[in-house]
Amino acid sequence: MRFTKLSIILLVVVALIVPTTFAQVPESGEGLTIGFAQVGSESAWRTAFSEAVIAEAEERGINLLFSDGQQRQENQISAIRSFIAQGVDAIILAPVVETGWDEVLQEAADNEIPVVIVDRNVTADRSLWVTRVSSDFVHEGRLAAAWLAQATAGDCAIVELQGTVGSSAALDRQQGFNEVIALFDNMEIVLTQSGDFTRTGGKEVMESFLNTMDPAEICAVWAHNDDMLIGATQAMEEAGVDPGDDILTISVDAIPDIFLAMSEGKANATVELSPNMGGPAFDAVVAYLNGETLPDWVPVAGGIYFPDTAAEEYERRSGGE
Amino acid sequence: MSEMTQPAERGFSLQSLTRNRAFWPIFALLLILLGNRLIAPDFFNIEVVEGRIFGSLIVILIRGAPVVLLSIGMTLVIATKGIDLSVGAVIAISGAVAAVLVSTTDINPILAILISIGVGALCGLWNGILVAYFNIQPIVATLILMVSGRGIAQLITNGQIAIFNDETLAFVGTGVIAGIQFPIYICIAVFVIVMLLVRRTAIGLLIESVGANDRASYYAGIKAAQIKLFAYVASGICAALAGLILTADIKGADANNAGLWLELDAILAVVIGGTSLDGGRFFLGLSVIGALIIQSVETGILQSGLPPTFNLVVKAIVILIVLLLQSDVVRRWISNSVNRLRGQMRGQTA
Amino acid sequence: MTTSTQPILQTRDLSISFGSVDALVSVDFNLRAGEIHALLGENGAGKSTLIKLVTGVYAKDSGQILLDGKEINPRNPREAQLLGISPVYQEINLIPTLSVAENIYLGSQPMRFGLVNTAAMNKQAEALLNRYNIDIDVNRTLSSYSVAIQQLVAIARGVDMSAKVLILDEPTASLDRHEVETLFNVMRQLKADGVGIILITHFLDQVYEISDRITVLRNGFKVGEYNTDELPRVKLISEMLGHELTQTLGKQATSETAKPKNQEAYIRVDGLGRKGYLEPIDLTVNEGEIVGLAGLLGSGRTETALLIFGIEGHDQGTIYVDGQAVHLRSPSQAIQEGFALCPEDRKTEGIVGELTVRENVILALQAKRGWFDFIPIKRQQELADEMIEALHIATPDAEKPAGQLSGGNQQKLILARWLASEPKFLILDEPTRGIDVGAHAEIINIIKRLSNDGMSLLVISSELAEVVDYSDRVIVLRDHKKVAELKGDEVTENRIMQVIAEEPNV
Repeated sequence: MRFTKLSIILLVVVALIVPTTFAQVPESGEGLTIGFAQVGSESAWRTAFSEAVIAEAEERGINLLFSDGQQRQENQISAIRSFIAQGVDAIILAPVVETGWDEVLQEAADNEIPVVIVDRNVTADRSLWVTRVSSDFVHEGRLAAAWLAQATAGDCAIVELQGTVGSSAALDRQQGFNEVIALFDNMEIVLTQSGDFTRTGGKEVMESFLNTMDPAEICAVWAHNDDMLIGATQAMEEAGVDPGDDILTISVDAIPDIFLAMSEGKANATVELSPNMGGPAFDAVVAYLNGETLPDWVPVAGGIYFPDTAAEEYERRSGGE
Repeated sequence: MSEMTQPAERGFSLQSLTRNRAFWPIFALLLILLGNRLIAPDFFNIEVVEGRIFGSLIVILIRGAPVVLLSIGMTLVIATKGIDLSVGAVIAISGAVAAVLVSTTDINPILAILISIGVGALCGLWNGILVAYFNIQPIVATLILMVSGRGIAQLITNGQIAIFNDETLAFVGTGVIAGIQFPIYICIAVFVIVMLLVRRTAIGLLIESVGANDRASYYAGIKAAQIKLFAYVASGICAALAGLILTADIKGADANNAGLWLELDAILAVVIGGTSLDGGRFFLGLSVIGALIIQSVETGILQSGLPPTFNLVVKAIVILIVLLLQSDVVRRWISNSVNRLRGQMRGQTA
Repeated sequence: MTTSTQPILQTRDLSISFGSVDALVSVDFNLRAGEIHALLGENGAGKSTLIKLVTGVYAKDSGQILLDGKEINPRNPREAQLLGISPVYQEINLIPTLSVAENIYLGSQPMRFGLVNTAAMNKQAEALLNRYNIDIDVNRTLSSYSVAIQQLVAIARGVDMSAKVLILDEPTASLDRHEVETLFNVMRQLKADGVGIILITHFLDQVYEISDRITVLRNGFKVGEYNTDELPRVKLISEMLGHELTQTLGKQATSETAKPKNQEAYIRVDGLGRKGYLEPIDLTVNEGEIVGLAGLLGSGRTETALLIFGIEGHDQGTIYVDGQAVHLRSPSQAIQEGFALCPEDRKTEGIVGELTVRENVILALQAKRGWFDFIPIKRQQELADEMIEALHIATPDAEKPAGQLSGGNQQKLILARWLASEPKFLILDEPTRGIDVGAHAEIINIIKRLSNDGMSLLVISSELAEVVDYSDRVIVLRDHKKVAELKGDEVTENRIMQVIAEEPNV
């Protein structure tokens, strides 16, 4: 019973990660003209996101029309209208807000231009857009839990290192993780505290966990980010517990230092979802134009990294600086 | 010294005890520890694992070490009627300096540690010059470094968490001598040195004089500027030591988060210890008690199993109670109601 | 002179006491409409008490206050102001960061639709100031103008609250000659408008220049009420200081001054001064000599002391100690030369109230010795006990916070602090002010004893009898300038008063 559930989840996860495409339009989307209505450049993350999309388009030979909406919906709407007027093959919209898109999306539909939503959601009728591509914290939590369920055969007493209380990264990762472990009777979070996303915080909280509980009864530590987990591994080592062995570890972010820890056998896995939504969005456009039906939601590429590739990943990620 | 001298003279009585200014902070600390014991039954347990002493009480001392150090420096600054908001940022800078030096150069780690302490002293010198010689209000003068300091630390670490593998530097945070972690030795050493420096020389008296009446002190020939400079430099050095401990503890310098908001904990510790923000008389030992009170609350919360959403609220409420206990108004109110209650009960039984 | 004789503000038998101190005793004061009336007296005479009674700051114990013949009992300054009595204090009671117009109309701004009507307010303010020939941008912040303008704005504010009585407390203290002239013009304008003006000032020249009548107070009593042009200066000063010239004349012609002294000038001050602060002054103090500094309040006595002690910087002149030029830029340098100064304001410049008696005693000595040459606690205690005994400081023990001592004992404590530092040259600024009779006599004895022991002293005091009693020489100051140096037989109260009262440039 338990294993059936587990395999379903794993299947879903695998299906989400592996993309499939074919036919009339070349797979890369070469030669297409695509309009991209971006929210703006309000944060470093947003800027990195825009740059990734632009670079991806260039690599694929897609003619990308980029519009910076300066965080205003009216700017984005007029950008879409101008894309329509220019007769683009498809439009990618990263909406600044969820509501108020029906009219302009209807105009695109009337002109038979497909629209792919990226990042945030829209409330417009499902018929007006092709699919939505997003990378989100909830999904990271789900992946982490799915791996842990697999590694422990769904039987694990987990201590949780939360991120800063009230931050969306902490709330969403927790939600995704809990959704999955709820499916397993013997997976349970036995202790949870906030480590504020910092190494010191992670170490201090883990110390108190080890003080409050017999370390032998802890099966795994689940940290909302890698920094807290690194702090926690130090606390475990100092308490004579072998992280990665006595207590399994799972965390999110894939920062270089976690690969170092994994290559030294002190950590088991880290989750990363790529911030590049350009690739999946272009793939979705191509798939649609080739007549495929798309699901409501397409997650971005990424996944879980394990110790086997850790040394190599560490080399790759820390070498770049 | 002056904080301990008062009670003996008038013989022992509960009243003279509660009037001693050392009583309430120590009483509050014991109360909080007892409270922790109720929440976590093995709170007072101490065991030896692999030649090292373990237990929640030790955890309080180790985890409290940075704030204890900061509170020592902060006490001196506050006694001069100043305040040092920059200590959190100095923690980040000193940690970054030490970590980057040992990880990217072949420098002797002891020298790296000394350089890092020197950088802390320089930060204090900067604050002190702004306050003492340019007459900039302390809160503004130290705000400058508070804001810019983390930026400086990020420049030093290149925006990353600067990790290192040097065992000597790591020893500062996690080393063990005779079963006890090294940070505890640092705290004791700094406390003893500062105590000797302020109470066995004239520095303590001159600090109190400058803090209590700047103008009269000037008329009496005290060089107030030098005294202030001393206090800020001492605070900078204490912050650098705290930064070394925090950095060594996680074997990495986290410019963004190391010592974040600790300046506020340090100020709170000084206030709990009874040193007035208006300057003048100061009580080093009680500031340390204040720092331990704050850490006991935090450790207690971590071990209580309460959802983390409550952390800050619980901390705030407990600290508020500690401060209220020390307020004369509240104490008078309590003793009055107790007396009234007693009177009523006597009336009923009669 | 068109002064009416109709009193606009009167007090009858007005009395108030604070504790056992009678601050004002049965004072009859008469201010007429359209006159400038100088209210004079030395510190503690009761001038500000009288003002605070008529402006509702204090409540009288007995007597009457009449405005336009009707009794009034203002309970606070606001009520007094509504009745038409407007004080303008020495420290200007305005808000530097608001505009001139806002300051003038603070609390009574013209409103429109529940909002301040700024345009109307500015216009009114401009018109008001124009009446006094003051042409400034009322929109700018007050702090961007000179103290004189701020003073005038304060007056304009007072007058615009439809004042019948305007009280000016030391309005010219921080003004230069030209600004004083502007102020006087405004005062004359107001006088012509029928406003009664009470002027408190220590500049006697100005009293004679602008005032119509004078009331003199002394120790809470009214000494007299005079027409200005009928009161000679010498008479005025003797009224203020409370000594009949004839009584004191020659009384002290004194053998004291003949006591043998080492005549080598230990301290020589040569042309010490600072522009706008103190005219260059020469003085010498020999070993074992007491030099008195006399003059009215604000004549430059304290300024002289502060310049010598290095608290205020000088821009000319030199100080010689034992023939050697010394360069003093701070009290700590002066102390290293063996100087000491007991300041006038005990509370803010003297004692450190939070510290114990013992710590206050050793403070200057410790500052002199530096950080590391710490006086051992035992020695501190001995020193404190010695001083407590020698100066009869009334305190249960040396560990009592100094702030809890009485005024006289605080004064002795500061003296003790300086004696502990073993100075060679001691400056005392009003050492006997505000202390009880017993302590007063003791301090005078201490002063004499120190001089006999060979210490050089420079003593500032308003008590002329006292100055004459202990001084070997007396230097008289007037308007921030040394005007005379009296020695031998000249050292009499009478002579000092004559010098103080002399017309300038005569």
